Amino acid sequence: MTKKIYTKEEWIKALAGLKSSYNIFVPVKDGDFHTFKALDEKNPPDFGFQNTRLSPKSLVYPQSERIFEYNLDKDAPDANIIKESEKDYSPQAIIGIRPCDAHAFQIVRPNFDNSEYQDPWWIQRYESTTFVGLGCNDPSSTCFCTSVGGGPFSEKGLDALLYDLGDTFLIKALTDKGETFLNQAQGGKEADEKTLKAGEDLAASAADKIEYKVSTDKLKDKVQTELFDAPFWDDVAFACINCGTCTYLCPTCWCFDIQDEVYKKQGDRIRNWDSCMFPLFTLHGSGHNPRAKKVQRVRQRFMHKLKYYVDKYNNGVQCSGCGRCVRNCPVNIDIRQICKMMNGYRDNVKF
Amino acid sequence: MLEYTKKIRETAGKLFEEDKVDVFIGYKKGSVPMMNQPVLISNADQVDLLHWDSNCGLNLCNYLTGRTDRIGIVANGCNSRSIVTHITENQISRDQLYIVGIPCKGMIDHRAVQRAVKQKEILSIEEHGETFTVKGKDFEETFNIKDYLQRNCLVCTHRNPVIFDEMVAPPVEEQIEVDAYKDVKQIEKMDPEKKWNFFTRMIDKCIRCYACRNACPLCYCPICFVDESKPQWVGKSSDPIDTMTFHILRAYHCAGRCTDCGACERVCPVGIPMRQFTKKLNKDAQELFSWEAGLTLDQRPLLDVFRPDDYNDFIR
Repeated sequence: MTKKIYTKEEWIKALAGLKSSYNIFVPVKDGDFHTFKALDEKNPPDFGFQNTRLSPKSLVYPQSERIFEYNLDKDAPDANIIKESEKDYSPQAIIGIRPCDAHAFQIVRPNFDNSEYQDPWWIQRYESTTFVGLGCNDPSSTCFCTSVGGGPFSEKGLDALLYDLGDTFLIKALTDKGETFLNQAQGGKEADEKTLKAGEDLAASAADKIEYKVSTDKLKDKVQTELFDAPFWDDVAFACINCGTCTYLCPTCWCFDIQDEVYKKQGDRIRNWDSCMFPLFTLHGSGHNPRAKKVQRVRQRFMHKLKYYVDKYNNGVQCSGCGRCVRNCPVNIDIRQICKMMNGYRDNVKF
Repeated sequence: MLEYTKKIRETAGKLFEEDKVDVFIGYKKGSVPMMNQPVLISNADQVDLLHWDSNCGLNLCNYLTGRTDRIGIVANGCNSRSIVTHITENQISRDQLYIVGIPCKGMIDHRAVQRAVKQKEILSIEEHGETFTVKGKDFEETFNIKDYLQRNCLVCTHRNPVIFDEMVAPPVEEQIEVDAYKDVKQIEKMDPEKKWNFFTRMIDKCIRCYACRNACPLCYCPICFVDESKPQWVGKSSDPIDTMTFHILRAYHCAGRCTDCGACERVCPVGIPMRQFTKKLNKDAQELFSWEAGLTLDQRPLLDVFRPDDYNDFIR
């Protein structure tokens, strides 16, 4: 696989050159925080970021996506026929995605792409995407990727990985997709042994900087109903205001709601992100709501991520340790502490 | 602030011992800097969890709605005014509450502090009277609290609680001659198109997480209009018109009720200054009806009264 070294100016030039083959998304400073945006003159990339406020999940799985459309005009030949909306699946590349966020797509994948169900829109956009990661030289104190199967330079879910070596980027292709991407990138030089060694050292020192460790090893052996009835949920939920900050910022929250919107005779069937924090999430047509109370909704979020997912997919927890919810929860509900409570619950009791 | 914390713990302990409350609502120290967590304790053994500093910018009145037990609660000026509003709107009864009043000099604007340290990661914050020190991996800076106050605190004229059973300290001096509506006046001068563009830009980052709505003690409707499906008032996609509808309607539902506690702005994950909506309504309430929300239990809320002898013609 190709390994190249670029000066930072050369790299940005190379990205501009790749725009003819890919829609290029880069981290852009937007006020107080960074967001992934399409590369253009107005949006110069800024790779000096810790992580974007919102995860890049929307680039594969948009917050609102029109999936079908229909015409309600009775006189029209296609009246009331639901047709799939046209979508753009031209190749795109996310440059500078953090390893936790790339890992998150792997965590999410079994939900959208399994032997039973294949979500055509998620899969097509995922497959049209090249993930070019940027290793984390200085992980944040709220990061805990190393506890959940990732790492600041983890290659999981990435097609290529960038190492920020100060004035230069070392970039390694990791998959055929990454190789194709890198072969089209102009400029750069083949990386020498010394540069590769510098990259390895950087990755090793970064992993040591992640101090916060969360244990998840015992979650699998817990009995679901025991955890469900654990006495700590009321305390955990008290402060929660049931907003969607955690779920909307999370790279691994995947739940959606489908809504029909009609304007005059034109109808759209739209898939929108949903949040288990919202009362409407589980409201039945009958009016009954099995999760009518806040505590039930809060419990659902953590049980889903740290127990149901673990049991169902045997793929670790449904969390990539990015720390967004820890940093941004308006009332400071900290998943690391809740994971600790769940993992340690009735430790000395044999179920 | 250490003295406040000590006094709050003592008071809560005493209330439990004397069996005056069933629960006590306050803050506990958060797990990340500049973030404290609302906490409910139910016995005297837990009082050491209670904490107070200049990062208690949520509104605890939000946690009172519909409770049936006897509650001790800490309240600074704006929180106490929200409690008054809650009582007059029959969301809680005065008899249930033991209000521990906090004279408040304002809350720290965590975003402003982040900007001041160029968005570098803050690992700890410590307060010493009028100043605070933030430390990160390779920096340490000390700032005056008054230079980093939340925008609502800068223009606050009710720092002391308007209703309380006991105070943790003597009242602080109120700010006078602040021009609370300087920014609103600027917006009022814009023509409709400019105004529309201003507000459109202001909310363009909104992700419809509803943190602003949910942090607000005024938003206690059993079903919010955005969650109604029969009829559906607002679309659920991220269409900008729906987002604008949500923000404007939310603000109007707060007219004559908002105490400018700033919780909505504080909690927004993308930093939208949505007080620009509610402040205009507060200004109108003040200018047209001499009304400030939540100052007294003796008056019905602004939009809840009709007087046959009202001096306005349009109402008769």
